[in-house]
Amino acid sequence: MEGFRIVVLIKQVPDIEKVRFDVETGRVDRSSAPAETNPFDLNALEAALQIKERCGGTVTVISMGPRQAESSLKDAIARGADRAILLTDPRLAGADTIATARALAAAIKKLGGFDLILCGEKTVDGDTGQVGPEVAELLGIPHAAYVCELREISRDRVVVVSDMGDKYLYELELPALLTVTRELNTPRLPTLKDLLRAKRAGIEVWTADDLSEHVPANMLGYQGSRTRVVKVVIPSAEHRKGIIYRGEDAVEKIAEILLSEVAAI
Amino acid sequence: MSGKGILVYAETRESEIHPISFELLGKAREIAEKLGLEVWSVILGSGISDKASQLIHYGADRVYAYDDERLRDLNVVAYKSVLVDFVKETKPEIFLIGATPWGRSLAPRIAAALDTGLTADCIDLQVSEDGKLIQIRPAFTGNILAHIETTSKPIMTTIRYRVMKMPEPDPSRRGEVIVRRPERVEADGVKFLGKVSERGVNLADAEIIVAGGKGLKKKEDLRILEELAGLLGGVVGVSRPLVEEGWISKDHQVGFSGNTVKPRIYIACGISGSPQHLAGMRDSGIIIAVNTDPSAPIFRHADYGVVADLYEFIPRLISFLKEVKGHGKGVVKGA
Repeated sequence: MEGFRIVVLIKQVPDIEKVRFDVETGRVDRSSAPAETNPFDLNALEAALQIKERCGGTVTVISMGPRQAESSLKDAIARGADRAILLTDPRLAGADTIATARALAAAIKKLGGFDLILCGEKTVDGDTGQVGPEVAELLGIPHAAYVCELREISRDRVVVVSDMGDKYLYELELPALLTVTRELNTPRLPTLKDLLRAKRAGIEVWTADDLSEHVPANMLGYQGSRTRVVKVVIPSAEHRKGIIYRGEDAVEKIAEILLSEVAAI
Repeated sequence: MSGKGILVYAETRESEIHPISFELLGKAREIAEKLGLEVWSVILGSGISDKASQLIHYGADRVYAYDDERLRDLNVVAYKSVLVDFVKETKPEIFLIGATPWGRSLAPRIAAALDTGLTADCIDLQVSEDGKLIQIRPAFTGNILAHIETTSKPIMTTIRYRVMKMPEPDPSRRGEVIVRRPERVEADGVKFLGKVSERGVNLADAEIIVAGGKGLKKKEDLRILEELAGLLGGVVGVSRPLVEEGWISKDHQVGFSGNTVKPRIYIACGISGSPQHLAGMRDSGIIIAVNTDPSAPIFRHADYGVVADLYEFIPRLISFLKEVKGHGKGVVKGA
């Protein structure tokens, strides 16, 4: 029996702890912070690697982004992915979620067959969580979102727990797409040896031309997007009072506030 | 009838309407007045037809109720297929869906099937001077607010729970209820096997949250926060590290990868205030922070900060409040 053909979708994002924002222009200064793989995507990759180790198969990682996103793909190779593909092209830039999903779905079609697609529940920069389910719809396969537990996987189906506030159990026929939460597992760290090996690994680069068999270029990138960002503002924290207590009277002051606000006391 | 409408998806859980649906109707009403639209609502499920009148009371002019045994369970492919057919038939201008986990799983499938734009997790909708719908949403873990326009129809938006005002229901309000059975329910490939567990605590609806972070030294110390929360009629929240330590279940987690909360009072104890945590609680009413480190970012987002060790401060606060309560002085403004 041949193993599972697993695809993991990843995105390179700025380190959200360090990234700076220009309050005046509303611009995100991406150069202000090192880039890293979206943390949720590492849980998706880890799940893929665990399935491969248990049941056999291959893990292909796909990312769309600028050339620098290669480093996230190399990191995925270091962690154990077999193949990495970067979708990069000025014609792919400025994509909203639907245009992004079209590019990713086209790339997955180009790969040929697949059994399982995994991605993080959302990214720390876009925050939408939309691309995964959109890819599933474009490929005409079922999906489960917010997967926090993978109960069973067999040749033709997977049983998962989906965290919808309450937790629900779903069985999906394969091929299927899962978006995963951080509780699913703890991502492994690559060893130094793996990192050195991955440094030399080849990353396949695909452009809009490579996807043209499955999606026309005018459906990709900014041109193919259905939404436009008209303005960005940085919310200020200034509306907070910012009163600081240090001394003995802090207990009484805070109690006063609570007593005036809370009916239960 | 104008024939043009703004559509609100009424989310149901076990035949009950999720309150987000009423909030969306309130906002839809406001936009409908500005743009000259009708407000439509669509509800799916099994045995839900009698709930449709509630949606009229909250502002819908017309409710389409798809009442069918095949829609009893939350099956994303089944719901998608019925809603896509419905939208293709009725052609709403705008389609609003609650940004609950279920709504966020369902909406993108519908948008992709309709090949239309979808804006996630909005916190406000405005109508521009030239009559365009502006969708406002946080991005970069809540660090920025993007104003977004959609260039296709319908304009699809998911909206966060508890950011729109809950309208007052008007039981005398009249509207049309159309009960339907879907022609086609495509449910290929997904089987709902049942509920595994209910969430233990509902942070999204909590009015008072006492939250703990890395300033807590051991699991047992959560009791201190539980005691304060109990006294205030609130619940306990935590930052992500405590969930990762296995001290408490994920339903208590506040933050980007946990729950977004909007209580009247949020008391952050021993929480430094990472961007991920702030993304989950920055819209709280009053924020009180207790931390030993005066440079902790949480203080910049707090109304009242206390530079103190929570192990000293919180027990003293508890006994002070108990003493006041014992003397019957707890008469409260606005109670």
